Amino acid sequence: MTMNTHAARAIYLFEMGRTRRTLLQSIVSPVISTCLYFVVFGSAIGSRITEVDGVSYGAFIVPGLIMLSLLTQSISNASFGIYFPRFTGTIYEVLSAPISPIEIMLGYVGAAATKSIILGVIILITAAFFVPLRIEHPVVMLLFLVLTAVSFSLFGFLIGIWADGFEKLQVIPLLIITPLTFLGGSFYSIDMLPPFWRNVTLFNPVVYLVSGFRWSFHGVADVGIGLSLAMTLAFLGVCLAVATWIFKTGYRLKT
Amino acid sequence: MQPAIAVTGLSKTYASGFAALSQIDLEIRPGEIFALLGPNGAGKTTLINIICGIATASAGTVLVDGHDNVAAYRETRSRIGLVPQELTTDSFETVWTTVSFSRGLFGKPKNPAYVEQVLRDLSLFDKKDAKIITLSGGMKRRVLIAKALAHEPRILFLDEPSAGVDVELRRDMWGLVRNLRESGVTIVLTTHYIEEAEEMADRVGVISGGRIILVEDKAALMQKLGRKRLVIELHSPIETVPDALGSYGLTLDAAGAELVYTYDTRGERTGITSLLADLKSADIRFRDLRTEQSSLEDIFVGLVSHRT
Repeated sequence: MTMNTHAARAIYLFEMGRTRRTLLQSIVSPVISTCLYFVVFGSAIGSRITEVDGVSYGAFIVPGLIMLSLLTQSISNASFGIYFPRFTGTIYEVLSAPISPIEIMLGYVGAAATKSIILGVIILITAAFFVPLRIEHPVVMLLFLVLTAVSFSLFGFLIGIWADGFEKLQVIPLLIITPLTFLGGSFYSIDMLPPFWRNVTLFNPVVYLVSGFRWSFHGVADVGIGLSLAMTLAFLGVCLAVATWIFKTGYRLKT
Repeated sequence: MQPAIAVTGLSKTYASGFAALSQIDLEIRPGEIFALLGPNGAGKTTLINIICGIATASAGTVLVDGHDNVAAYRETRSRIGLVPQELTTDSFETVWTTVSFSRGLFGKPKNPAYVEQVLRDLSLFDKKDAKIITLSGGMKRRVLIAKALAHEPRILFLDEPSAGVDVELRRDMWGLVRNLRESGVTIVLTTHYIEEAEEMADRVGVISGGRIILVEDKAALMQKLGRKRLVIELHSPIETVPDALGSYGLTLDAAGAELVYTYDTRGERTGITSLLADLKSADIRFRDLRTEQSSLEDIFVGLVSHRT
């Protein structure tokens, strides 16, 4: 039998429908948070730091802000998307359907990534109201936007399978991803750090995402664009490998 | 004739070491209604879950219409519809959305006319735009059935379909199941309600302790294992069964007004004639006689208690 596109589409539309129902918390709330970041970081700190690497501070933080929302929302959407049917028991239907792991992931991860990308674009538009925006490499920007959304939605999907309680859904986004994003050069160039801390920061994978994304906007980066792309793809590869193992073993899905 | 489902040597042992199923061999015939009976924890749901792909087997094979349910899972799962035991529904979806979702999930293109027909058959159409959370337990059960039927399955599993539903819905459901069978759908039913199996099943399987202990045509089973009781209503109450009647194993009710004689319908002689003669000799007069047939429940309880 060929690919079950009806199934992947059904899951995708089901998840997008959930987004529509929860529009306020899905879209409006991250946009309000981003506006607050602009007010606090852009206006308060920006009045003291006028430029970073030749870019106005307000414009400099835009890629980092988008990345912050993209990472947290991708994880949160995808993890909830798969965890909720596990929690309610409706997962039985997906497990008993003639659907492959790839189609399941296309549905759940695709919907979460789509939502994150829409959010990223909305934040970008919102940012344009606060600072003059220029995107030097729009194709690369789109590539990073999509790759990051897909990679972290897949990561969120894995968290949703791993979690055995609602609190665990929050642990990784709150205790790992958000700190790593704040410490990953979202609001500053890592060149502004003392050498020791700069070297430590290079172990933070989010640095490569923010740096690559920022390069696509302003043509300036903390690390090379090739390395950023390679790190993003490597993360995606690791997530895919773990997902393959999960579906092969039925970990937390099948008894 | 190729069985609709052929289970061979199926075992399931959990990581804890608990053996839920042991060496299950079972064939379900196309177009039949098969009732799987068993006490709580017997392994009924585990068996269904493995056949449907929700759980993995430790050993053994499952063929659905000749296709292996692991190697050819698309072929097997697309033929099967499952109504789970628990009322697991998407609370915030509408009836129409969730049933349409199920159809898509099983690889079928949109067909609003078919979905409408399923909802009408289940008296759900006027609730099509209602959120599931607003429905009663019985209506939710109907939604689960509609979801299972949304992709036009050839085999339908009903795992405890009558749990928590009222008599009216139960009757409706039995009617629906019969109609499905008429259209050629094979039905596998697990139930605690023996009357449900007795009412509907063509064949009955009894599972206990993870093992199939009996598979039999329902009628043959009742004939073979069924015992009859002759109830003798006495003219005047007696205090004890006279010693002269001791060989019949009679029981006397608390009021001393009825004697009960249990006999095997398969026996060459039932012993009724001699019992009546001996009653007369003992000068025990009776005003009425009636016979009672063992129900499937009696048979089931007898089988399971015999094993435990």
